[in-house]
Amino acid sequence: MKDTSHINALENEAIYIFREVAAQFERPVLLFSGGKDSITLVRLAQKAFWPAKIPFPLMHIDTGHNFPETIEFRDRLVEELGLELIVRNVQDSIDQGKVKEETGRYSSRNILQTTTLLDAIEEFKFDACIGGARRDEEKARAKERIFSVRDDFGQWDERNQRPELFDMLNGQIELGQNVRVFPISNWTELDVWSYIKEEEIEIPSIYFAHKRKVFLRDGLIWSHSDYVYQEEDEEVLERMVRFRTVGDMSCTAAVFSDATDIESVVEEIRDSTISERGARIDDKRSEAAMEKRKQQGYF
Amino acid sequence: MEVLKIATAGSVDDGKSTLIGRLLYDTKSLTSDKLEAIEKTSKKNGYDYLDFSLATDGLVAEREQGITIDVAHIYFSTSTKSYIIADTPGHVEYTRNMVTGASTSQAAIILIDARKGVIEQTNRHFFINNLLRVKEVVVAINKMDLVDFSEERYIEIKSDFEQLMAKRDYQDQKITFIPVSALKGDNVVNKSQNTPWYEGETLLEHLESLDLAAVSNVGTPRFPVQYVIRPKTEDFHDFRGFAGKVYGGELSVGDEVVALPSQTRSKIKDIYFHDKKYQTASRRSSVTITLEDEINLSRGDMLVKAGDLPTIDKQFTATVSWMDSEKLISGKKYVVQHGVNKVLAKVDNIHHKINPDYSGIDSEVDSLGMNDIAKVTFKLNKPIFYDQFKNHRTNGSFILIDTQTNSTVGAGFIN
Repeated sequence: MKDTSHINALENEAIYIFREVAAQFERPVLLFSGGKDSITLVRLAQKAFWPAKIPFPLMHIDTGHNFPETIEFRDRLVEELGLELIVRNVQDSIDQGKVKEETGRYSSRNILQTTTLLDAIEEFKFDACIGGARRDEEKARAKERIFSVRDDFGQWDERNQRPELFDMLNGQIELGQNVRVFPISNWTELDVWSYIKEEEIEIPSIYFAHKRKVFLRDGLIWSHSDYVYQEEDEEVLERMVRFRTVGDMSCTAAVFSDATDIESVVEEIRDSTISERGARIDDKRSEAAMEKRKQQGYF
Repeated sequence: MEVLKIATAGSVDDGKSTLIGRLLYDTKSLTSDKLEAIEKTSKKNGYDYLDFSLATDGLVAEREQGITIDVAHIYFSTSTKSYIIADTPGHVEYTRNMVTGASTSQAAIILIDARKGVIEQTNRHFFINNLLRVKEVVVAINKMDLVDFSEERYIEIKSDFEQLMAKRDYQDQKITFIPVSALKGDNVVNKSQNTPWYEGETLLEHLESLDLAAVSNVGTPRFPVQYVIRPKTEDFHDFRGFAGKVYGGELSVGDEVVALPSQTRSKIKDIYFHDKKYQTASRRSSVTITLEDEINLSRGDMLVKAGDLPTIDKQFTATVSWMDSEKLISGKKYVVQHGVNKVLAKVDNIHHKINPDYSGIDSEVDSLGMNDIAKVTFKLNKPIFYDQFKNHRTNGSFILIDTQTNSTVGAGFIN
């Protein structure tokens, strides 16, 4: 087997991490958003445990404002692979009065997800939540560990993280604590796309260029949708766009693109001069937006 | 394409973050939105140059204080290599981060401020990279623009550093000196016009030329069992696969192996990576191995080649790097995590503290504080299968876990 290809090295590392999770924790869960990173995680988990099934469920924290294409894709994937899927809804947290819907121009349910996630962790007593965050995405994430310990409140204490030496992962925790696990920490956006291409992994259609009704605001391309607040003077246009990153509709901006297949997407990413998070409306709030959300238990 | 992991070490204000930012900028790895943010903040802070340290310092407190607190990982790639830089802070109290960064790296960059030269901190940075047997070290003599790109100053610093090298334990470490200005970009990616007397490579040229096979630490094959795969499905009713990562060297189908601790012999029947069979499992690959005979193996057990056994013992002596604010105390019990294997250990004897600035040892000690490095003997509740760190970087290292807080409180390198 080759060990020189760098994607190969990253894949081997991710498989190792998945196996550590299965061995060290009693109730792990894979946080699945239907985005490319979590789809990649599912493929890696399959490889880690073959010929056995993935030994933990998937969980989707559904904002209710997802792209319909993503939800359709999610359900099909779960059925095809015979996986267990847990869905918890942000709408329920709103109905229970635990969180308040944001209003106005930049309203989004993105931040509200944290409460729903923490409640679900408590409900199922999950001790490890596997996520597709990558260190190259954002500056606060660059400081994240592979096994990242969270307290009872799901909080991230960035000043007091466990050192991670060699590839030894310490998953020992107290009751009530949980660990967030990031198997593709060391992958870049281009690595993920190259892997999707190499492995011929199916992904939702919104990642490829398609005609969509959009409007422009603050130099970003917003989806025209019931879930996205739009001013009257913000004109609806129909354009060829695709999404580089997929969160819910209110926090994900599109990019103009003609890349209709995986080859052209990989090429586009390789030549891109804008970072993936450049299209995340939630990160534009402030320079420390991600760090703040992580301290509050965001994934 | 290869992945090269690099650790950086430098004191506060040596310009480490700036150097990394410069590497990113000159290799066109900074995206336009990140660059825009850097331009904006640099201007806001009243600088007339681009403050590249903003590319790496991620936490609010870091930006406020202009320092790096925690290990940050930075990624960039060229057409030949993919780079991961572990950016570690240089102040004394963060030695643990430096040890952590170096533990996963094949190369290290030590920064020296050309105005200050070799200082006490430099000794420490060099000591740690040498202790962790990082094969390739670049000494980047930075801020050359502030000493008028003086060749005399460069030579002076180089010879001071060479005196340190004479004291090092691991002599095979390769060391390269490069005069740079991270702020102005001299000899980082592009060759400087200001140092005509320097004929060597630029920093990036040097990193590009490193042969990954040569900088990797190779030993004998060790296969710690991570997880046992038993699908119990109709198609794979009797399948019992041992999942794990191969360390040190290769394993092949047909190899005669010994299972530890039982010392039972068998042969490798199949090597799987996902659903495909392979003849050989290369170093660092995460495979699943099946054996010819039915042997009961569980997590923490190890497969090794027959005739190539590690040391099997209930005690060992190691160089320990202590990383916790609670002291390590003689007689106290800790969990030793050796690879994926965990055993309970008792501190039997703290022989002496090793001053990481090459100022000698301190033998009258009964406890270790944060950032101390010492020679310690542990007694274990059951045997582990280890190699000396100098022969096997993975099978010769371990971490210490506090039995009450569950924190990783130290790391050790077996003597």
